[in-house]
Amino acid sequence: MLEIKNLKAKVETDEGGKDILKGLNLEVKAGEVHAIMGPNGSGKSTLASVITGREGYEVQSGEVLFEGNDLLELSPEDRARAGIFLAFQYPVEIPGVSNTNFLKTAINEIRKSRGEEVMSSVDFLKMIKEKAKFVEIEPEMLSRYVNVGFSGGEKKRNEIFQLAMLNPKLSILDETDSGLDIDALRIVANGVNKLRTKDNAFIVITHYQRLLNYIVPDYVHVMFQGKIVKSGGKELALHLEEFGYDKIDEIKEEAAV
Amino acid sequence: MDKISTENIDLKIKLLEDFNNLEVNLNGESKNNIHKIRQDAIASFEELGFPVKKMEEWKYTNLKPVFKHDFKTVFEPAKTQLKRKDLEKYLVEGLKVNLLVFINGQFNEKLSSIVTRSEKIFIGSFSEGRISFNDVIEKHFSKYADYKNRSLTALNTAFAKDGAFIYLKKGVQVSEPVHILNIADASADSVMIQPRNLIVAEEGSDIKIIEDYYSLGDNHSFTNAVTEIYCAPNARLDRYKIQNDNDKAYHVGTTQVQQEQDSYFSDTTISWGGAITRNDLNAVFNGTNTECHFYGLYLLNGKQHVDNHTLADHKMPHCYSNELYKGIIDDKATGVFNGKIMVREDAQKTNAYQSNGNILLSEDATIYSKPQLEIFADDVKCSHGATTGQLNKEEMFYLRARGIGKDEARILLLNAFAGDVMDSVKIDELREKLREELSKKLIK
Repeated sequence: MLEIKNLKAKVETDEGGKDILKGLNLEVKAGEVHAIMGPNGSGKSTLASVITGREGYEVQSGEVLFEGNDLLELSPEDRARAGIFLAFQYPVEIPGVSNTNFLKTAINEIRKSRGEEVMSSVDFLKMIKEKAKFVEIEPEMLSRYVNVGFSGGEKKRNEIFQLAMLNPKLSILDETDSGLDIDALRIVANGVNKLRTKDNAFIVITHYQRLLNYIVPDYVHVMFQGKIVKSGGKELALHLEEFGYDKIDEIKEEAAV
Repeated sequence: MDKISTENIDLKIKLLEDFNNLEVNLNGESKNNIHKIRQDAIASFEELGFPVKKMEEWKYTNLKPVFKHDFKTVFEPAKTQLKRKDLEKYLVEGLKVNLLVFINGQFNEKLSSIVTRSEKIFIGSFSEGRISFNDVIEKHFSKYADYKNRSLTALNTAFAKDGAFIYLKKGVQVSEPVHILNIADASADSVMIQPRNLIVAEEGSDIKIIEDYYSLGDNHSFTNAVTEIYCAPNARLDRYKIQNDNDKAYHVGTTQVQQEQDSYFSDTTISWGGAITRNDLNAVFNGTNTECHFYGLYLLNGKQHVDNHTLADHKMPHCYSNELYKGIIDDKATGVFNGKIMVREDAQKTNAYQSNGNILLSEDATIYSKPQLEIFADDVKCSHGATTGQLNKEEMFYLRARGIGKDEARILLLNAFAGDVMDSVKIDELREKLREELSKKLIK
């Protein structure tokens, strides 16, 4: 589904840019959950930004293919329409735009791009009712402005709710667990688990192993200084938890051998 | 006589001649009190002349382009081809209103229609109103709008012949709004129009008024409007001024409001169109415990220029005023916001708030925003602020990352930005119409 080959990218800064991704390789197939772990500054969020097309990043070389097509050529909206979803680390507040209006616009814009009919209001409301259960949010919350006045946990739940509504092929969860208490974490993780199918895939970016107790990954990758330095199964996360990122050099050396 | 201004001398000479012609045709009217005010006003205009940029109040708005056109002053009812069905597009769908139609400043009875019939109300033209309510008109006409110091108000006052006159007796509540539809028809000539409206709401009365401006034809129109509003104790009045002119139109409008004790006034001024527009909105709080709201929205593109000057004049204690003006400015357009809150010595316990927000959509768009606070009382709560920025990039990316296209995302965010001004419109049908117009105008 997603193939990243030798990706090098930098973030644009006032001083002309800083190299962040330094030759990253990753392949994600349908039905898989990949966890990407790594210390702060290793480039995890930059990877999410480059895949989704956020401004301010420059790809210097390498390829990102989504279902065989060059993703880097596409605008952020076309990537979303192709089936890519980012659960934001810091969801923005948008005063004046209601959650429902926002979601209805998003769903219909995606549908239109695929040549489909716009969704009727009845179908839309039914869908809201059904999907709100996934993340245990009150439908009343949806008449409020996007993320305005939401607690940290509500914002993250709202991200997963949007994921449920838009039903993407590939979802990237960027530190969705950070700042969540255990109840909220369980709700978010349960929501994601219910949405897993053999046809979709998830990239779970996290700093902590805790989330992976709930969302069990098929693969764990350790990212360090802009590269994936080690990949393994779910046990790798436990290993990292035990030894901490301080021992990353050893992991890396091990990997280099 | 060395005080007489010689700026734009040709147009000035023409207007003074026009005034003489007007006087000749007034017949018996020339001896009455109103005509005495007209004569004072033309003298005042002769002395003051047209506003020029060196005046502080006109620093950012240059009327020079207006004066190069050869305007015809219109005194007689226009021979209009417009039929009732041609007006449909100007009306508010589904809303039952008392409709007053003015074409080139002249009342058109045929196109107008009054639905609220009561002896306690007068809704019609100035000239009609003088038949039964001359005492009311004489009591209020020109008592609020300052023709001694404001040259364009002086000019309007001198030529004030027709316009809307609305009079509500004590305690009357009118559920059907009044729609004052002003159409400038510049199909045959460039025209200068001086609408003059007077609204008198007696004690405890309540009404909503829509005052909008459209223009037709390939020539230029210059509308110089004055609306005087009097809110007696405990009266409630909502006014919506919407300017929807074409790019050949120049509009200068003054609204002067006098509020007595416990009265409520709310104004929403929306500027969609026009080449050069200047709105002056002044409210004087002449009694305690008055409440006043000023809302404004301007959406400018091309080379449009819109200047909003407002004044909330707190003369008495315990009054509340709140102002919110928002602007979306694109291309090479220019917006001006000058909002003044005056809190005079006696106006203790004043609550006065003001805010102006602007979004600039292009590098060449300009806004001059000047909030002014002058406080002479010591026990007051006042605040003011202005913000100017571009569309928020994080918000744009968030929307686009959900599959919403760039244009649609822009429209969504700008609609949201204008939302609180739109919400100030309490007539549902009108608010829907304005929302649709906004969305339509936001599509590039």
